[in-house]
Amino acid sequence: MTTTLNATVATEAPTQKRSRGRWTGWAFVGPFMFVFSLVFLAPVLYAIYLSLFQDQMVGGTKFVGGANYVQAMTDPQFWDSVRRVAVFLVVQVPIMLGVALAVALAIDSNRLRFASFFRISIFLPYAVPAVVATLMWGFIYGPRFGLVGNLNELFGWAIPDPLSNHWILVAIGNIVTWEFIGYNMLIFYAALKTIPNELYEAASIDGAGAFSVIRNIKIPSIRGAIGIASIFSVIGSFQLFNEPNILKSLAPNAISSFFTPNMYAYNLSFAGQQFNYAAAIAMIMGVLTMIVAYIVQLSGSRKDS
Amino acid sequence: MSLQLSPPKTPTETPMKTSTAPRFSRKPGKGMTHKRKSILLTIVMGFMAVYALLPLFWLFVNSTKTQPELFSSFGLWFSGDFALWDNIGQTLTYNDGEFLRWLANTVLYVVVGAGGATFLATLAGYGLAKFDFPGKRAVFAVVLGAVAIPGTALAVPTFLMFSELGLTNTPWSVIIPSLISPFGLYLVWIYAVEAVPTEVLEAARMDGAGEFRTFFTISLRMLAPGFVTVLLFTVVATWNNYFLPLIMLSESTWYPLTVGLNNWNAQATTAGGDAIYNLVITGSLLTIVPIIIAFLFLQRYWQSGLTAGSVK
Repeated sequence: MTTTLNATVATEAPTQKRSRGRWTGWAFVGPFMFVFSLVFLAPVLYAIYLSLFQDQMVGGTKFVGGANYVQAMTDPQFWDSVRRVAVFLVVQVPIMLGVALAVALAIDSNRLRFASFFRISIFLPYAVPAVVATLMWGFIYGPRFGLVGNLNELFGWAIPDPLSNHWILVAIGNIVTWEFIGYNMLIFYAALKTIPNELYEAASIDGAGAFSVIRNIKIPSIRGAIGIASIFSVIGSFQLFNEPNILKSLAPNAISSFFTPNMYAYNLSFAGQQFNYAAAIAMIMGVLTMIVAYIVQLSGSRKDS
Repeated sequence: MSLQLSPPKTPTETPMKTSTAPRFSRKPGKGMTHKRKSILLTIVMGFMAVYALLPLFWLFVNSTKTQPELFSSFGLWFSGDFALWDNIGQTLTYNDGEFLRWLANTVLYVVVGAGGATFLATLAGYGLAKFDFPGKRAVFAVVLGAVAIPGTALAVPTFLMFSELGLTNTPWSVIIPSLISPFGLYLVWIYAVEAVPTEVLEAARMDGAGEFRTFFTISLRMLAPGFVTVLLFTVVATWNNYFLPLIMLSESTWYPLTVGLNNWNAQATTAGGDAIYNLVITGSLLTIVPIIIAFLFLQRYWQSGLTAGSVK
């Protein structure tokens, strides 16, 4: 971080000196930072403040220090929800990113017919709102007029009910995968496009095959993109809310009010009025997310060296 | 794109070592030998395309059915009367036309929210790329750190804050938080470093043009592909926004389409509620059509914004 910033500063320094005032940049960055502090920084500080209090039956709101955090540490419902998103993360993220990478490599390979058709059609689900995607898949899964029921009836198959206790997490994983394969594919594809042609020329002189080029040139060159996509996906998994919350009306028995940490925090605040405890849960999840994102980033950069 | 090819010298080596953001790549030259097309690969990708498009096809097919047909016919093919127009009519007029009201709200949130977010991100990204100023490093660190915080974790405290300010249940409660797009800032910043040559800015300064005049008359045009890309992504984000309005709004007057549709669905699944499945399905279709059209028509722009000139 330090080194690169210095580098930019160094290349642009002569111009800066001559241009008016050192503060001109703030005129451009200022408006963003103002709104940013209002909707990002202030809520974080406010959440920390809230999490240190408790609303009590007698005596109103009272400062309790870390009591909410201690309570969360031993709250089985909270840890149940954390475990569920952790399982989701470990299974769904690699599948989604793996498929997205394979698709991006295929489109980039020059050996595909109708490549631009594939690129746009696989990207298209990203434009579909999570609400619509979940309603759509929910109907497809559902017993009322769902496709799963249709297929079972038509072919005598026995596809298990995706909205049952056992399969609900897989069902949600499928929706999220469907929504985001295209987006991740595009990130990878954009990075693949930036690989200098000389590398490919050198490889073809060496007589490298397609898979060797993928392994030795393409994957290493887009490691940064893979890292960013992984971090976005990790953050996304920890924030899981829309899909289970919307599916809840179709599968009320399989999805509890503490299905994911976010649903738990949401239900604590809006159904239970426990705003202080919900703030503590939110802070813990923020810290957990940053730790996991950091570990993902570390493991990414270790492979680099 | 008429931009010069140059090796990237962006300040992107930051957290991830390389950026995913646009760079000016060399695309395989025309002289490159055409490789043999693989049929197997095309077939495998065909399955992927089916996976991506099948639910959308299902949605379209079922929005052409009447409610009884929905329950009695096979999901993946048309059946009975072609009721699409009738369904659309019903969707638009149900409950005093609340769908149209939600559509108008969504458009308002998109125009002000996504438009404002793109403008702020472009201004700030340009400022970061082209100026040196005290506190630049702090700006950088704070914004990057904030990206790692789960946005939804902030929702509850934001709600409480806004409710004390009396902003909940107003359009502002949805618009203000959508004004910030850290990803957009990042994208413009990376883009501006190369798209706007410092020499051009210097020349403008020599001519005595003010910084903002230079920005609006010269730089903004050079930033156009990056701008359109950010705009498209913020439009999608606000059009699809669900969690934030769900929390902030308690009356259906200010609902966007997403929250409204889910309300219809909840009503349909509640015992004794009016079963309006055909309206939920048709409404879903109407919700995604504009955004899909926007993506298809602006394809050239956003793909060039992302891959910066390497559109095949």
